[in-house]
Amino acid sequence: MTASAQQAQDKPVTDRLETRVVVNAPRSRVWRAVSTAKEFATWFGIQLDGEFTAGATVRGRITIKGEPLTLDLGIERIEPEHYFSYRWHPYAIDPKVDYSKEPTTLVEFRLDEIADGKGTAVTIVESGFDRIPLARRAEAYRMNDKGWAGQSKKLVAYVA
Amino acid sequence: MSPSRAAAARKLPDAAPVFAALGDTTRLGLLGRLSAAGPLSISRLSEGTGVTRQAITRHLDALERVGLVRDDWQGRERVFSLDAKRLEIARQYLDHVAAQWSAAAARLKAFVENDLP
Repeated sequence: MTASAQQAQDKPVTDRLETRVVVNAPRSRVWRAVSTAKEFATWFGIQLDGEFTAGATVRGRITIKGEPLTLDLGIERIEPEHYFSYRWHPYAIDPKVDYSKEPTTLVEFRLDEIADGKGTAVTIVESGFDRIPLARRAEAYRMNDKGWAGQSKKLVAYVA
Repeated sequence: MSPSRAAAARKLPDAAPVFAALGDTTRLGLLGRLSAAGPLSISRLSEGTGVTRQAITRHLDALERVGLVRDDWQGRERVFSLDAKRLEIARQYLDHVAAQWSAAAARLKAFVENDLP
C-alpha cells in the first residue's frame, strides 16, 4: 500500500505527499546529491540546464517515447545541508499543453542526520495538488504507462 | 495564488479546487457521514451538528458544485449522496505520484550509496 492510500483511510488527504528514505551516507554527501543540479540530474533522470540557486529557474529536459519535453524547476529555498525546495508543474508530460499558466506544486527535501551522522534521513514532500485541475490529474493517471512510469523503469534499470 | 492563476482557475470549470471544499470541518463531517450512512436528507445531516439547516444546505451546495456529492429528490425531501468518482481520480493520481517519488527516493539512495568509497 502506498503512503497516500494509507492516509486516505484516515481522511481524504489529497494535497500532500510525503516520501522518506534513509541513505547510509553522511548528510554532507546526500546534500550534494540533492542540491547540485549535476548530481540531481543523474539520479532523478533529467537533463538540467543551469545551477540550483534560490530564485533561479532551471530548465529540465526529459525524453519520453522519443519525445523531448521541457520542465522548469523554479528554485525556492536552499538551506545548506538541511533544506532544498523548488516548484514545478507535476505531470507536465503532454507537449501540446502549455502548463505555464497552471498552478505549481512545491517539492521540498529535508535532510536529518541519524545514527551518529553515519546515515541521513531524507524527507521529500510534494504539496499543492489540490490546486491542480482535476482534468489534468485524470489525464496524468491515464498517461501512466507511457509517461513517467516507463521513464522511471528505465532509470531503475540504469542505476541498478 | 497569483491573480493571473486565480483568474485562470475561475475560467476552467475543471480547475475547481475540489478539495478546497474539504478545508472545512463541517463539510468534512458531512462527507464522512455520507460515506458511512448515505444517502441522507438535509434534516438528517443537520442533526447533532449545531449548525442550522440553511448553513448545512449551503455546505452541501458547495460540495455539489465541485462534484463531491449529488442530490436527488425523494418525495419532498432533497437527499444527498457521495459522488465517489472525483475522490477516486484525485486519490489514484496521488497514489501514482507517490509511486514515482518512492522510485526516485530509491534511485537517490542507490546513487549516493554506490558512490561511497
